[in-house]
Amino acid sequence: MTDIDPVEIKRIRWRSRRGLLELDIVLERFLANGFDQLTMAELAAYRKCLELGDNDFLDYVNGKAEVDDPELAHIIGILRAV
Amino acid sequence: MTVPVRRFDAVIVGGGGAGMRAALQLSESGLKTAVLSKVFPTRSHTVAAQGGISASLGNVQEDRWEWHMYDTVKGSDWLGDQDAIEFMCRKAPEAVIELEHFGMPFDRLENGKIYQRPFGGHTQNNGESPVQRACAAADRTGHAMLHTLYQRNVRANTQFFVEWMALDLIRDEAGDVVGVTALEMETGEVYIFHAKAVLFATGGAGRIYAASTNAFINTGDGLGMCVRAGIPLEDMEFWQFHPTGVAGAGVLITEGVRGEGGILLNANGERFMERYAPNLKDLAPRDFVARSMEQEVLEGRGCGPNKDYVLLKLDHLGPDIIKQRLPGIREIAIKFAGVDPIKEPIPVIPTCHYMMGGIPTNYRGEVVIPQGDNPEARVNGFYAAGECACASVHGANRLGTNSLLDLVVFGKSAGDSMVEFIRNEMPNWKPLPANAAERSLARISRLDNQTNGEDVTEVRTAMQRTVQARAAVFRNSENLALGVKEIQEVAERVKRIQIKDKSKVFNTARVEALELENLIEVAVATLISAEARKESRGAHAHADFQQRDDEVWMKHTLYYGDDRRLTYKPVHTKPLSVDYIPPKERTF
Repeated sequence: MTDIDPVEIKRIRWRSRRGLLELDIVLERFLANGFDQLTMAELAAYRKCLELGDNDFLDYVNGKAEVDDPELAHIIGILRAV
Repeated sequence: MTVPVRRFDAVIVGGGGAGMRAALQLSESGLKTAVLSKVFPTRSHTVAAQGGISASLGNVQEDRWEWHMYDTVKGSDWLGDQDAIEFMCRKAPEAVIELEHFGMPFDRLENGKIYQRPFGGHTQNNGESPVQRACAAADRTGHAMLHTLYQRNVRANTQFFVEWMALDLIRDEAGDVVGVTALEMETGEVYIFHAKAVLFATGGAGRIYAASTNAFINTGDGLGMCVRAGIPLEDMEFWQFHPTGVAGAGVLITEGVRGEGGILLNANGERFMERYAPNLKDLAPRDFVARSMEQEVLEGRGCGPNKDYVLLKLDHLGPDIIKQRLPGIREIAIKFAGVDPIKEPIPVIPTCHYMMGGIPTNYRGEVVIPQGDNPEARVNGFYAAGECACASVHGANRLGTNSLLDLVVFGKSAGDSMVEFIRNEMPNWKPLPANAAERSLARISRLDNQTNGEDVTEVRTAMQRTVQARAAVFRNSENLALGVKEIQEVAERVKRIQIKDKSKVFNTARVEALELENLIEVAVATLISAEARKESRGAHAHADFQQRDDEVWMKHTLYYGDDRRLTYKPVHTKPLSVDYIPPKERTF
């Protein structure tokens, strides 16, 4: 992730604050452990996840809903394991 | 230092349900309206409201707003203001139908009308039998409401300032509100928002507790700003709790788990509820179970390294029952407690859910404070709605599904009052005081220059532990007095918090430090208000004063932050059009 604008990284960290506590907890853990190791492609996918509505995002992370978007499936897998 | 100024007719702080409902009223009236929000509006904490929104539509069973009013007054344990409660319950059907017309996708009956489900505390004929009053959009009512209101606001040209954090309220010499200061996270710059009227819709402050269901953004920013600007906070001793949240996380474990046979254990492995409630045991009422759990912790029989939780044991039910009858519970336990309930018990603790108190308002959404002989003089130009406001409709305890109703009814009412105020009384902007941004700039400068200070996370944890230990569900004189002393010591530490990252752009460490300065004001207000109330009412259950005392204590607390003093004001006993509902013992 060395090529990424550090401001963009900070923005992504802030946008990981959500309206639902469950997501806050999962994403906080992920930011502390795993986020820094993301590849560029994974980071782009994570950024796309942050655009999701909170309920859909949580349903994916909890495994309550299947991820249709192949771009997101891999990163959601990482978040599920957090 | 010159601070850039932006001018709007109305400025709304907070982009959740209440803020957006008020904004819509203003923008549709043609007024230039700004909404400031720390996060994208549809990701406000309103999204967490699943249960529904109550209204006596009578679509499934006969219902009347008067019955809804009775339930709300009773739920409030007679601390709610009956004019505001009547206003909310009467307006409820209209508010829901309006949301439907805005396009909110409510669940429907076969005949096309909005479906209504039952919800605890809502009854027919003043407590006679349960009634189906809650309108819902599947389990996503809050989410649907936010999306509906956001779309309408975009259409009405409301200007959103997303990822902006309001810092301080600006009052002029007369005490009138003329704007706010705010931090643009993207640049780290401070701006003045000059307004004819300001509305706070900043939500709750549940993060003052170690165990909370609230999202991380719920830091009571509006309440902190009020305290710093000399506006009192009302009824801050009243917080609603759920008995079984996952310790250290706050995620709720449904009561159905105990219904299916789950039991609570202390550090000695004792099923302690047998001692407190020999008949009902683990199925005693919610508040009773919560207080018993906390008493175990306070008496040193808590579990874990800090002895600060109890255990919810399920493994004796067997894997089949856990998987079949309690879907999702196993996943929650594994994900948030790190235990598989098929093998191990789940660490649980009473968990804060909702703030009944807040910024004192009337049913018009106007902020009202004591002035001379008038206990409720209007603060010109200042309004509040939603969880941050205390109208007071929830009194000492809130009924489920009344919170979403509160957002839309009082959001709209406040919006209407603001339109009227701007049109009739404030055609032009009042001048800004010379030192309008001084307090905010000083706060930021102190953070940037502090050396040998305290770590934000450590001090926040100390605050959360204190509030949890002293002012959660088990309250007695000794514990509350200790809490008052301890929280003021934490408040001294907050004055010296320090951040390592001094950069300007998207500095989340700075934002979290500023949030802690708001949280601590709420925490101190909570302890001081709770210590003083020597009775038990609603969510404030005092072990040394176990009865409700209407003679002395049927009154609202007002906390002033400048000298940390309390005053009181009467509860409104005159509804708008119907007879007063006199106090009764609250039995179910």
